Amino acid sequence: MFGAGGGTSSYQEMEETDLIVLWGSNARETHPIFFHHVLKGIRNGAKLFVVDPRRTVSAQWADSWMGLDVGSDIALANAVGREIIAAGLANRTFIERATAGFEAYRAKVETYTLEEGERLTGVPRARIRDLAHDYARADRAQICWTLGITEHHNAVDNVVALINLALLTGHVGRYGSGLNPLRGQNNVQGGGDMGAIPNKYPGFQDIEDEAARAKFERAWGVPLPPKHGWHLSQMFEAMDRGQLRAVYAIGENPCQSEADQHRAVRLMNGLDHLVVQDLFLTKTAQMADVVLPAAAAWCESEGTVTNSERRVQRVRRAIPPPGEAREDVAILCDLARVMGRDWGRPSAEDVWNELRSLSPMHAGMSYARLESNGGLQWPCYDESHPGEKFLHARLWEDPVQGPRAPFSAVDFEAPVDALDEQYPIRLTTGRRLDSYNTGVQTGGYSSPLRRGETLDLSPEDAKSHGLDEGERVRVTSRRGSIMAPVRLDATLRPGLAFMTLHFPDDVATNLLTIDATDPRSGTAEFKATAIRIDRIGELAAAPDSAAP
Amino acid sequence: MDLHFGDARPSPAERRAIDGALGPPESGWEGGRRRPDRDGHFAQGGLEARSRRHLLLPALHAAQARAGYISEGALAYICRRLTVPPAEAYGVASFYAMFSLTKRAPNVAHVCDDVVCRLKGAEEICGRLEESIGPAGAPGTRARSTWLRSPCLGLCEQAPAALISRAGEHPVDGSMGGATADRVLAALSDPGAVEAAAAVPLPQLGEPGLRLLARVGLVDPESLDDYRVHGGYDALRRAVALGPEGVIREVTDSRLVGRGGAAFPTGRKWDAVAKAPVHPHYLVCNADESEPGTFKDRILMESDPFAVLESMTIAGYATGCERGYIYVRGEYPLAALRLSRAIAAARARGALGEDVLGHGFAFDVELRRGAGAYICGEETALFNSVEGFRGEPRNKPPFPTVAGLFGKPTLVNNVETLVNVPHIILSAGPAFAATGTAGSTGTKLFCVSGHVVRPGLYEVPFGETLAQLLERAGGVPGGRLKAVLLGGAAGSFVTPDEIQAPLTFEGLRAIGASLGSGVVVAFDDTADLEGTVLRIAAFFRDESCGQCVPCRVGTVRQEEALHRLARGKPLGSAAQEANLLDEVGQVMRDASICGLGQTAPTAIASAVKKLGLFSGGRA
Repeated sequence: MFGAGGGTSSYQEMEETDLIVLWGSNARETHPIFFHHVLKGIRNGAKLFVVDPRRTVSAQWADSWMGLDVGSDIALANAVGREIIAAGLANRTFIERATAGFEAYRAKVETYTLEEGERLTGVPRARIRDLAHDYARADRAQICWTLGITEHHNAVDNVVALINLALLTGHVGRYGSGLNPLRGQNNVQGGGDMGAIPNKYPGFQDIEDEAARAKFERAWGVPLPPKHGWHLSQMFEAMDRGQLRAVYAIGENPCQSEADQHRAVRLMNGLDHLVVQDLFLTKTAQMADVVLPAAAAWCESEGTVTNSERRVQRVRRAIPPPGEAREDVAILCDLARVMGRDWGRPSAEDVWNELRSLSPMHAGMSYARLESNGGLQWPCYDESHPGEKFLHARLWEDPVQGPRAPFSAVDFEAPVDALDEQYPIRLTTGRRLDSYNTGVQTGGYSSPLRRGETLDLSPEDAKSHGLDEGERVRVTSRRGSIMAPVRLDATLRPGLAFMTLHFPDDVATNLLTIDATDPRSGTAEFKATAIRIDRIGELAAAPDSAAP
Repeated sequence: MDLHFGDARPSPAERRAIDGALGPPESGWEGGRRRPDRDGHFAQGGLEARSRRHLLLPALHAAQARAGYISEGALAYICRRLTVPPAEAYGVASFYAMFSLTKRAPNVAHVCDDVVCRLKGAEEICGRLEESIGPAGAPGTRARSTWLRSPCLGLCEQAPAALISRAGEHPVDGSMGGATADRVLAALSDPGAVEAAAAVPLPQLGEPGLRLLARVGLVDPESLDDYRVHGGYDALRRAVALGPEGVIREVTDSRLVGRGGAAFPTGRKWDAVAKAPVHPHYLVCNADESEPGTFKDRILMESDPFAVLESMTIAGYATGCERGYIYVRGEYPLAALRLSRAIAAARARGALGEDVLGHGFAFDVELRRGAGAYICGEETALFNSVEGFRGEPRNKPPFPTVAGLFGKPTLVNNVETLVNVPHIILSAGPAFAATGTAGSTGTKLFCVSGHVVRPGLYEVPFGETLAQLLERAGGVPGGRLKAVLLGGAAGSFVTPDEIQAPLTFEGLRAIGASLGSGVVVAFDDTADLEGTVLRIAAFFRDESCGQCVPCRVGTVRQEEALHRLARGKPLGSAAQEANLLDEVGQVMRDASICGLGQTAPTAIASAVKKLGLFSGGRA
């Protein structure tokens, strides 16, 4: 945020803060290591708010669980913001010195009264008020979020609505206060940091910035495309238009992880050429023209990973990769050689040192220092720099260094896949502790917790549909239809259903989901699907996974 | 620690009883009726819910008293209400002897078969009950009643004793002194009979010069006004005039030491708590009087409960505590009843509350009942019990004055220690110290029982000899004194040769004994002393909390060795077996973390060494 895509705070700050808001995050199950730091914070007396449509196991730890309606996050955030302003709890000094756009924000949230907040979100107004007052009054406060915020068609608006709250109260740029998107894998942060995103070079240097591009062209000795590339959802749109004809997928299983799976498979099938580089023969790999078996990053490769607190850590090769599998760097260099570019046979450290020469925020992180410091947090500009525990301290300097942090006035928009009489139930998706995403990394292992895919329903909905636990039902959205057994889950309220994406081979949940995508982030609205549930007895026998 | 409550549900009656202890549930999430419109969008929990953990024992008591046992559904509901993991709550419930986690008849007779009662025919009662009902624990007539053996019930002056519990909508617990098998059987079939309070023998009633017992038997224990007529709350007024530091100075000058057994200088403890920088401070009155043979605190609480409250109030005032807990052992239903009525009366009259009697300080008292665990008399185990955990002692340091109840500075004193305080305040510390000896000031309560003519509670100035005390109690009837158990199961046996020793801390130390909690059990030459020692060994084996190895294993090994010796079948020679006993005892003394393990071998060693028991052939 404010130019660099990373959480502002360190894990240690979670242990020493006074208030933690987990917004759209079930960190207890999905970020169990991070949640240990939250638990230490709780033990030290921190208050925990959990904002989530479901009363998850994380929410069970909370002082206050706020069960908002799916996709009403901006309405809640704006109502909290309005209440902070109305109660005179906004940090006027910080707003005036370090931010921009406050008046527009104030005007925008003016209509989001507590009453309106309750109407739009379903959360009792007194509880919205509690969050506003507790957050604003806290000496230190953290907001953390995950896919509950970002897997929406207005993901970026959702994020800035939360950032607004930190700007309003000055809960950013200070030790113990911050804004933290939690990363779902050990190196999601690192992927973006290293430039594996369509708009930035390594170290968040913009592709469309002439000076940055010139620097990278000089270093690499080739001209570079002057415009932002496509993110994943745009790639599928380009496939649809026939503009994208070949795909090289590294460690990704889009056939099963993309929303609206029917469409994703159809488009991938229409490619001229598909190369997949992966540890496993995923569903996507099975469609590929060429499969390049890759070494496992965490035990068969040398390199680094970067976690959610921006800490770069060394990864060491413990065992050789099996069979023909090779490290990603080696595969890429061989490919380059075949294409006429000899990159030599660089070691992981050679690659890292090149990165350090081009990305100022990584410049101080030699392998030796990473080793001796147990990892370093970016930015780390030179070898005497200890790395930054938290970001944006500049906002508290007098006068403020650099640009002011902007408020963004955003409005609530309901999910694209609207509920109606035909599709009256809101399906939201997420993960469970024992499984990971489409199951590529976890499906090969057994777990005593695993019970297979189910359609989780509130006891009330099960009753009104005449359904028993374990009964198989047909679940239909505007895009597809699947069969799944019913599981009663009292953490759900009537009208709210839950499924995961963990068992796409058995239950292809993403046949149901909508690919309504935020154009800025490229993330689809996995979190909000309108569905209908039919008892199978009421339907003529139909083949599984049929279109409606 | 994520919470999985399972599917078991409480019966409506259990739910009502638990709600009676905890208040009604606020939402479906807490086990109340699920209201999707409201519960679907909000839940409270977290710190506030977890901070109610200390209500676990009261809730378990409520469930036990309603159904006669704690059903899976009741346990799950309690856990849901308090956000406690069921496995953890099970661990707590199963720790306490008075709780049953398996279905049990609602009417239960707990028959004391401990040191004193077994001298007075407890085994005959048990034998008769076995004939009439079946073995201990077996369900009796129409499964409505059963009986169980119990460690000391603290009614030794009225031995043999029983405790009758009736579970149900109107649960009643009643103590029975002078128990006979017929009376126990009658009480089981008509539990209404147990409500009548036992008549307590008061051998010194009306004697001049009494301090601690001055009002006992004379004042109406249920009347605050009568307490005031008898001088009540004069000391509090004087204490406020002295100010907190003045009170502590008087207590220090009195050289009062703790009467619970450890004899720590009370003034020093008070000073440490008063000066502790962390707040809040807590006061705990240790009324978990469980040392076999001890009943002094019971009589004080039953007969003069306002004195306990006034003493606690003065202590709270002096040490900066606004909240006091009195932890009464579960086997004392009458003491708990009288205290709870006294607390209610004191609150109603402003003697407890936000502004105590207009003196400008706040103090209130909460009563907590134990549930059958000797170890909870150990102060840190008691804290854990109040907090809703298994009553396992903590490592010290930190000491309670630094980190005690709820981790805060805590003043913990036993009942007898505290009720000395009003007398110190009214007479001034040095005057108090003029009674007794240089090393042991004031008076001391002695629980005299066993083979004496007039068993009962005696208050004597420090310095009297054991012989004089036995004489006060009428001596040994129709027989010769064989031995005296001083200090209870954790104390030691003394021989008739040693009874000229003065009953002071220093005097008893000289003969290798200790005052302990003031237990004096006399045995004549007909007594089965080896049986008594085996009972003591069994007591410690049963009451060891099992947390630290020397005690958990040592108490078992000790009992086994004694049984082998008693059967005349030692491992190796009798001398080797005695050596083994010595070594096990030494390990327990050196390496147990709390007093239970450290004192578990004491009485047994004294019996072997001084009385020559277990040396082949029964003595």
